[in-house]
Amino acid sequence: MKGHLVVEDGTIYTGKIFGARAVRYGELIFNTSMTGYQEILFDPSYKGQILAMTYPLIGNYGVNTEDCESERIHLEGFVVREKSRIYSNWRAQKSLEELFKEQKVVGLEGVDTRKITETIREFGALKAGIFPGNRDKREMVTLVQKSPSLVGRDIVSRVIKSEAYTWQNFGKYKVVVLDCGVKYNILRLLARLNLKVVVYPATAPWQEIEKEEPDGILISNGPGDPEPLKTVVSTVSNLVGRHPVFGICLGHQILGQVFGGKTYKLKFGHHGANHPVKDLTTGRIYITVQNHGFCVDQRTLDETEIEITHTNLNDGTLEGMAHKKWPIFSVQFHPEDAPGPRDTEYLFTKFYTLIENAQES
Amino acid sequence: MPRRADLKKIMLLGSGPIIIGQACEFDYSGAQACKALKEEGYEIVLVNSNPATIMTDPEMADKIYLEPLVPEIVAKIIERERPQALLPTLGGQTALNLASQLYEQGVLQKYQVELIGADYQAIKKGEDRQLFKEAITEIGYRVPESGTAHNLKQAIKIATTIGFPVIIRPAYTLGGTGSAVAYNVEEFKELAEIGLKASLTNEILIEESVLGWKEYELEVMRDLKDNVVIICSIENFDPMGVHTGDSITVAPVQTLTDKEYQKMRDAAIAIIRKIGVATGGSNIQFAVNPENGQMVVIEMNPRVSRSSALASKATGFPIAKIATKLAVGYTLDEIPNDITKKTPSYFEPTIDYCVVKIPKFNFEKFPGAVPQLGTSMKSVGEVMAIGRNFKEALQKALRSLEERFSGLEDIKLEWPVEQGLKVANPQRLFYIREALRQGKSIEEVYQLCNIDRWFLANIEEIVRLEKKLKKAKGKPLSFAMLKQAKEFGFSDKQLAWLTGCPELQISKLREKYGLQAQYKCVDTCAGEFVAETPYFYSTYEYSEITTARQ
Repeated sequence: MKGHLVVEDGTIYTGKIFGARAVRYGELIFNTSMTGYQEILFDPSYKGQILAMTYPLIGNYGVNTEDCESERIHLEGFVVREKSRIYSNWRAQKSLEELFKEQKVVGLEGVDTRKITETIREFGALKAGIFPGNRDKREMVTLVQKSPSLVGRDIVSRVIKSEAYTWQNFGKYKVVVLDCGVKYNILRLLARLNLKVVVYPATAPWQEIEKEEPDGILISNGPGDPEPLKTVVSTVSNLVGRHPVFGICLGHQILGQVFGGKTYKLKFGHHGANHPVKDLTTGRIYITVQNHGFCVDQRTLDETEIEITHTNLNDGTLEGMAHKKWPIFSVQFHPEDAPGPRDTEYLFTKFYTLIENAQES
Repeated sequence: MPRRADLKKIMLLGSGPIIIGQACEFDYSGAQACKALKEEGYEIVLVNSNPATIMTDPEMADKIYLEPLVPEIVAKIIERERPQALLPTLGGQTALNLASQLYEQGVLQKYQVELIGADYQAIKKGEDRQLFKEAITEIGYRVPESGTAHNLKQAIKIATTIGFPVIIRPAYTLGGTGSAVAYNVEEFKELAEIGLKASLTNEILIEESVLGWKEYELEVMRDLKDNVVIICSIENFDPMGVHTGDSITVAPVQTLTDKEYQKMRDAAIAIIRKIGVATGGSNIQFAVNPENGQMVVIEMNPRVSRSSALASKATGFPIAKIATKLAVGYTLDEIPNDITKKTPSYFEPTIDYCVVKIPKFNFEKFPGAVPQLGTSMKSVGEVMAIGRNFKEALQKALRSLEERFSGLEDIKLEWPVEQGLKVANPQRLFYIREALRQGKSIEEVYQLCNIDRWFLANIEEIVRLEKKLKKAKGKPLSFAMLKQAKEFGFSDKQLAWLTGCPELQISKLREKYGLQAQYKCVDTCAGEFVAETPYFYSTYEYSEITTARQ
């Protein structure tokens, strides 16, 4: 079936719909990873976004149950150049198309994803919509222009569970994960370190989290604009100073605000698996996985208790920070990878050490 | 770290005459190295016995010695020139072997010449199968079961313990010369003797067969600060059993999930560190069992290789040039990306197209040679094509072979189809086409050739469209059909043959429909950053873009 990707600037890309035949709106972004479409699809951080993959051949190795990063696909639409007709991999269980039909996800194929990328590079992330079938072009553009923007909206509550749950009920220490849209690999890596892992929704009151008597707290990744998340920021404000804290992506942006920093929107964000990040404390550089459209403004951290620990080599933006006195650190990139290089997984061990040290003292 | 100021004069070794397994790619890498060293103000002493090379042009180096690449002669040049360092990693296996010999004979030590790029230990570990196996096993990875023999008796004992089929690989050879597969003791005896003779050290390795497994290669770079990045991932179309130089290869990998790719990436990084290649590029090959994903490490080239030339062109990352700069002390973050200018070379290129390499053979020039491919290299060159999908890149590459193919088309096939699928040969692509055209299923073809089903399915798409086009013979091609044909890489000539319509008319029809070649960018970053000095490839991607403004 024919379908259109309609961008707020009036550009309409016509291709073929696969998966659900429904209208979807979202912020149009691109991801430059060549492998890992399944993990990307299941990453809750893409809520509210229509994602175009720069790599043109998608679906080659199918999908399987092991590589899911959450319970379901959260993104609004998925745009590819060519969806593979067959899949080939010993772990594959079904095709991308079958998955999309099951989960009622809208996909669009056969469009010039390079052109889309260049447009986003030039004009920044834009509002967009996917429309199946034939419709009046002006009407579609108007609908897209009227659709809500990602900026200023709290969409975390739309991807998280309402109740707390236990991921692993045994372990040397207990970590509470404050779920803003957590990827399973964060939980898997904590569990692998022999940690008891309990997950609380970001909306939980801080007193309830304290009742768990955690030995450490991890504030997870998640979707959307960090600025409107006032309640979560206030929850975390009450938890810092009491426990070792590790923040990842949105969790890092929340911590930034807790310590007086401000966030801003990047032109088109970082979405890919090849971003070089420098650890300023050691001089080492790592290839990191990134997926964020907002960033903590370094200048707003100048006279705070926060020290900058990591920066991006491509554009100099803030990638990591630590508290000067307390055992608190956070990174903008994804040390839990999935998909992407596993070069910074060691940060989970660093978190473990902070917990261990806090217990000993 | 800035460039090393303690070095003034650097010796560079070329790769000598053009032979199978060592062709102009090492002139390319050597010339790149000369330019990079010159840019840094070093005095270059170049030794290469082949004057028909760009690198030996007068302006490339300060001193050029057109002398035999043998230790006795190079020792004399060293004595006369007294370079502080020797860079052996850009002149293929010839340069690497020569550097090893100069070290073993004490020449380098006597004149205090430092090996930069890869030191003697690293060269040894990369080339000596036993040392390599030990190193890989120590870091928790697996290589195929194997043993080394110096004589036939030893060899037979090892082969029977491992069980047939086994692969015989002579140590220290070029392009896998003398490597072969033996399916029984009789064959083995004959092949082992050839192998023992071919080896510089009269040594052969006998290996567990991983024939039919999927083969992969990663191009890896490391700097003095131990930063490691992957430049390019390559998936071989031909499964294990065909020498990589003779395989059709595709970049990037197509049929690995991210989990499997990352496992391979981790292994590659661990291996370059363990082998101890201090700076520069290495090529690491893996085999993966298609049934269960089990991975084994096949080999590593601790130097710039033929695959690096391909990877450079495929990604826009100049491996030879960067390898040279790393050898003289720079780190990856200090070297700007040649194409974007603004971002550093410390990153992993990402591409938004598909690259296909097809080897070029010249069996007609070797009377008596059987056009059958195996573990020793027989191709005399290769072509590379870029397209937005595998089908387009494949057909473009076929046309580039200068064998008068206008794409994947009808050609005269000597063998029965089943044999052409089962036995690796230069025309296997055409046998696949023929089998699928005759109605064989992907599964049936897979069982005969073990080429991944994803590749076969893509070829099937070409075949199906070909049938549709033939059916439409006599009628003018519709926009939709012509668009799809061009996106699948069909040339106008192919379409003329299939539809019975003159080539010129097809071209006019394309013009009418607005189906012209587009030129897209090779920019290392899939369009994420503005490219200052990109290069372009043609593609027939057609995408309907309209605007509706209020």
